[in-house]
Amino acid sequence: MSGQTLVDQLKQKFGDLITGANLDNIDPWIEIAPGGILEVCTHLRDEPSLAFDYLNSVTAVDYLHADEKKAAKASWEPHLELVYHLFSMQHKHSLVLKVMLPRWQDEQPGRLPEVASVSSVWSTADWHEREVYDLMGVQFTGHPNLTRILCPEDWVGHPLRKDYEMPLEYHGIRGR
Amino acid sequence: MSATIDDPRVIEFDVRTDEMLVNMGPQHPSTHGVLRLVLRTDGEIVSEVTPHIGYLHRCAEKIGENLTPRQWIPYTDRMDYLAAMNMNLGWALAVEKLLKYEPPERGRHLRVIIAELGRIASHLVGMGAYGLDLGSFSPFLYAFREREKILDLFEEACGARLTYSYLTVGGATADLPAGWLDRCEQFLDQLLPIIQEYHTLLTSNAIFIKRTAGIGTMSREMAIDYGTSGPVLRGSGVDHDLRRDGEEIYTAMYDGYAFEVVVEKDGHYPQDHDYPPVPQEAELGDCWHRFYVRMLEVMQSIDLVRQGIDCYRTTSGSHGEPMKLTQKLPAGEVYLETEAPRGQMGFYLVSDGDSIPWRVRARSSSFCNLSVTGPLCAGCLIADVPAIVGSLDIVMGEIDR
Repeated sequence: MSGQTLVDQLKQKFGDLITGANLDNIDPWIEIAPGGILEVCTHLRDEPSLAFDYLNSVTAVDYLHADEKKAAKASWEPHLELVYHLFSMQHKHSLVLKVMLPRWQDEQPGRLPEVASVSSVWSTADWHEREVYDLMGVQFTGHPNLTRILCPEDWVGHPLRKDYEMPLEYHGIRGR
Repeated sequence: MSATIDDPRVIEFDVRTDEMLVNMGPQHPSTHGVLRLVLRTDGEIVSEVTPHIGYLHRCAEKIGENLTPRQWIPYTDRMDYLAAMNMNLGWALAVEKLLKYEPPERGRHLRVIIAELGRIASHLVGMGAYGLDLGSFSPFLYAFREREKILDLFEEACGARLTYSYLTVGGATADLPAGWLDRCEQFLDQLLPIIQEYHTLLTSNAIFIKRTAGIGTMSREMAIDYGTSGPVLRGSGVDHDLRRDGEEIYTAMYDGYAFEVVVEKDGHYPQDHDYPPVPQEAELGDCWHRFYVRMLEVMQSIDLVRQGIDCYRTTSGSHGEPMKLTQKLPAGEVYLETEAPRGQMGFYLVSDGDSIPWRVRARSSSFCNLSVTGPLCAGCLIADVPAIVGSLDIVMGEIDR
C-alpha cells in the first residue's frame, strides 16, 4: 500500500485526527492529533490489511533553541514531537507516527504535556513511555506505572530536554 | 503466654510462610551486570518480579546531540559491549541511510565477516554465562577460550579487544591485515568441532534440560506484544530476522549470501547438521529453545563468515573511506534497525542540516527483551528466576545506555 492511500484511508476514517503527513522524508510519517493516538493505534493494530502488531520504539524529540539568535531563525515554533515506529510481522511493513505536543501544558512551565498511553495496545510501550517520561517529560495518561526508569526516582528534571541543566550536586556527588 | 492453634505464630502444625521481598542485585553474579530485581516471594514461589534498571545510565543520547556521528561511534561500543562491532555497524548504517551512501563491495563483505564474527563471540559469552547462571562453571571457561581467539582476530584488525570503533560511517577504519583471512579460516575450522563439545556440556545435558525445558515459556503473541527481538523472539517461533526481513540498506549487505533463519517451523529447526534433538520436555518459547536458537546461530554465522571470506577474496577495490569527521549531514530523519546478536538494535537520527545531529536515539533490544521478565517470572520458583533472566541474554550497558 502506498503512503498516500494509507493517509487517505485514515483521513476518511478519522477525519481531523489525522493532522498531516510527510511522505517525502526517507522514512515517511503521518501526524496524529494528541487526542487521537489511542484510537488510531488500536485501528492500525486491529485492521487486518495493516496489522501493525509490533511496536519498535516510542521516543520524543525536543524542538527548542536555547540560543535566542538561533531561535529567531528557526523555521519552527518550540514544541515536542512524539515519534512511534511501528512494524507488522505479518506484512513486514513499517510506519512512523508523530504527535505534536506543546513543551508545557497550557504554556505553564513545569506542567508536563499530556497524551494518552498506548501501553494497552502494545506492551512494549510500557517501558518506552516510561523512558520518554523520564528523559523528556511527557505525561502519558492511562499508563499503569508511569515512574522514572533510567534516572533515579528522586532525579529532578528531564535530561533530554534542550534547556535541561545538569544539577550542581546530587546526594553529595558533584554534577558539574 | 500460651499459644493456641489459632495463633498465626504457631507454625509447627503446618509450615506457614510469609510474603517476603527479596532483593536480587544490583550486584549479583547472575544478573549480567548491574540489574536489580525485587522479588515478591512466598516460600519458594515468586509472585512478582520488578526489574530496576538504570545503574549504568550515561544518557548516551544526550552525548550524541553534542558530537558528530563519527565521534559518537565509540559511545555505541559501550552499549552492547559484548557485540560492539554490531553496534558500530547499526549506527554507521543509520547514518549512511541518511547520507544515501552505499559502501563499496569489498567493504560490504568485510562488514559481513566482522559482524558475524561479532555474533559468534557474543553468543559464546551468552552460552557460557548462561551455564554460569545455572550453576555450571566449566562451559564458561570453554566459551571464553574460543571467544578470546575472536578477540585476537579483532585486535589484529583494529587494535582493540572490546571497544573497537572499527566499522564506521563510510566503511571501516582500516582494511583487514595481510594473512588475516587465513587465520580467520583456521579459527573457524578449529571452532566447528568444539561446538559439539558445547552441546554435550549444555544443550543435551540432562541437568541443563531439567533446569531450562518448560521454564519461562513465552507465547508467540506475547513475544511480539512486548517487542522482543533476536533469539528471544525466534525462540518463541516467530520467523523474523532483519538480515532477511529488514530494510533494504541492511539486507543489501547480505545480498548473495545463503542462510536460513533459525526458527522452529512445523516442529523442527531448518538445519541439516547433526545437532542434539529437541528434548521431549522442551516446549516452544521456553528457556531451552531460546538457548538452542543461539547455539544454531553460531553455526549459521560460521557459515556466513566463510561465505564472506570467499566473496572478500574475489572482490578488489576499496573497503570504504570513512566519512569526514565534521561532514555536514543532510536535513531529515531516519530510523534503522539491524539484527544485532541480542536482537533488533535501532538507531534514530534527526538532523537539521548541521554536522551534529539534532537528536539521537538508540532503541535497545535488551531493553525490550528484559521487559518480559515481570510477566515471565510470575509464579515461578526462585531458582528459576536466574534461568529465565539468563535465557534472555541481556547486556546492561545497552539497556541503560
